[in-house]
Amino acid sequence: MDQSSNIHRLPDPARAARWSLPGLGLFKGLVVTAQNMIQSYYRKERMTTVQYPEQRAPISPNFRNFPFLAYDGVDPVAGLRCTACSICEKECPPQCIYIVLDRDANGKSLKRPRIFDIDVSVCMNCGICSEVCPFDSIYMDGEYELSTDDRFDGLLFGLDRLAKSADYHMKLRPEQATEVAARRKAEEDKKLATQAAKEAKAKAEQAKKQQELPGQHEKGADV
Amino acid sequence: MILLAVSSGAPSLWAPEWLPRLPQRLVEMICQALGAPDWLVAIAGFIAAAATVVGVFLGGFALLSLIERKTLARIQNRIGPNRAGWFGILQPVADGIKMLTKEDIVPAKAEWLLHLAAPILIVVPSILALGVIPYGREWVPVRLELGLLFFFAVGTLTELAVFIAGWASGSKFPMLGAMRAISQMVSYELPLMISALGVIMVTGSLSLPAIVEHQGGFHLGFIPAWNLFSPWGLSAGIIFYIASIAEANRCPFDLPEGESEIVAGHMTEYSGFKYALFFMGEYLGLFAISGLGITLFLGGWQAPLPGLGFVPSWIWFFAKLVVVIMSYLWIRGTFPRVRIDQLMRFAWLCLLPMALLTLPAAGLWTILNRNDHNVLAWLITVPLLLIPWLILTAIYNRRLAPQTRTYTFADS
Repeated sequence: MDQSSNIHRLPDPARAARWSLPGLGLFKGLVVTAQNMIQSYYRKERMTTVQYPEQRAPISPNFRNFPFLAYDGVDPVAGLRCTACSICEKECPPQCIYIVLDRDANGKSLKRPRIFDIDVSVCMNCGICSEVCPFDSIYMDGEYELSTDDRFDGLLFGLDRLAKSADYHMKLRPEQATEVAARRKAEEDKKLATQAAKEAKAKAEQAKKQQELPGQHEKGADV
Repeated sequence: MILLAVSSGAPSLWAPEWLPRLPQRLVEMICQALGAPDWLVAIAGFIAAAATVVGVFLGGFALLSLIERKTLARIQNRIGPNRAGWFGILQPVADGIKMLTKEDIVPAKAEWLLHLAAPILIVVPSILALGVIPYGREWVPVRLELGLLFFFAVGTLTELAVFIAGWASGSKFPMLGAMRAISQMVSYELPLMISALGVIMVTGSLSLPAIVEHQGGFHLGFIPAWNLFSPWGLSAGIIFYIASIAEANRCPFDLPEGESEIVAGHMTEYSGFKYALFFMGEYLGLFAISGLGITLFLGGWQAPLPGLGFVPSWIWFFAKLVVVIMSYLWIRGTFPRVRIDQLMRFAWLCLLPMALLTLPAAGLWTILNRNDHNVLAWLITVPLLLIPWLILTAIYNRRLAPQTRTYTFADS
């Protein structure tokens, strides 16, 4: 800390008001710049500029850029959390999201998007999509090197570019991702518990039924 | 062996003292070998000598543009250009290619002929001025009896070129910048020339080689007898230095191109290679004016300490040039740009009276020293210069400088 106070040194107002040799202030200024120049060669903390393509400054967890879609596990198609509910599509202020629901041959919903496009040339990084998503699927990304020489397809992100693993989210924004993961796990556990309870109940009911109608069962066994 | 050849006046081709004149001598020898008439040999030799000077200083311009950016970057705790080549050594080449490949725009309302002529006119006087400076004992491109007069006469042409550029662009910012440049250069030319007058009085000659010769030798055996190391010389040298910064349009007196106010001054409507020529002219002018300052006050090619005479004299000149140029960079990295009224007031109320005072001081110094009243010379000339300076700066600080600001609400 004392080093930084040494760098940002301000003149003492009492000293400045005193009579001094004419032109002395100029030499003081020259000494300051000379110190800057010489110390820049051996004091690392003076050289604060990050040499960008080789070095990168760590981004803040609060940094948010264009959205991405989180998926669990390793398969970006099977593990995708998105259910193509289209809430984000409807909420998006500049309407840069385009979703088509995936259906099987009978026209039944598969609860996953067939097409999920975000036009990042339109997106304004507001983050409303990630706020409204009830399935913990869409989050704001931390990527910033997005320049492209193709301003149409290069700026239209499909599922292949948008889908990123939950691990990536954990790395990008650990606090948020941990909270989400814990919540999802709790929900999953609850679901499993209710399912287990349901199954147990069903089993018990079955057993009860069997007890109530033993003849039927024996009869069937005979056949 | 080499020293012998130089001292005996027989020009050995490979003597270090004669090295900068090698191209000239080689061309002359080739022409003679080809059986050319004498006048042709002389002209070819002149061209070779001129090409040497221009080549050295264009190389210096390229190098300086890199060193300036590097130094300023270090002063601001940055690294500076480091992408092109090893430590950015190829940056001047990259800059040159960029400038050459840029579109050359002539505004519709510009006087196209003058618009074209101005960047050329700004380079030519600088190169002409470089031609008369004695770089070494044997390396004086053109030996003129009135070298100093020639230098100032040619140097004023720069102002004309700047004004042509401002006028011919047919636009308001160049015009404003040119008007500023004219007022600034004319104001600062006065103290610049008057501070040089003292040197002429002491030397008794306008010839630049003679001025350098006059500064040879050492006081007390180790203080070089340069003009700077005398009361009037120190005073005149400082005035010359400040005025030369203003003449070269450099920070903190770079108002003609003050980008915060008038875009780029007289260079606003220029692009591509014409713009590069303005920069080249500016840097060549910088070399010329600091070369003149070295010649007048820093002893030219004279060695700074006794016993260093074995080093070729032109090396001393260029070593001094590097020091002076680096001081310009240091000043550029330190001081903010002054306001136009401060600039003019400083020239007329401070520099000009002090420059005028160096004249009687130089005269008294010469007369008293000639009669061996050395101590008396110091006793008279030091107060003669110091007391008016203190009075002037006191007036300057009390009356004209902005008062300390009082914060009515923040301090209570």
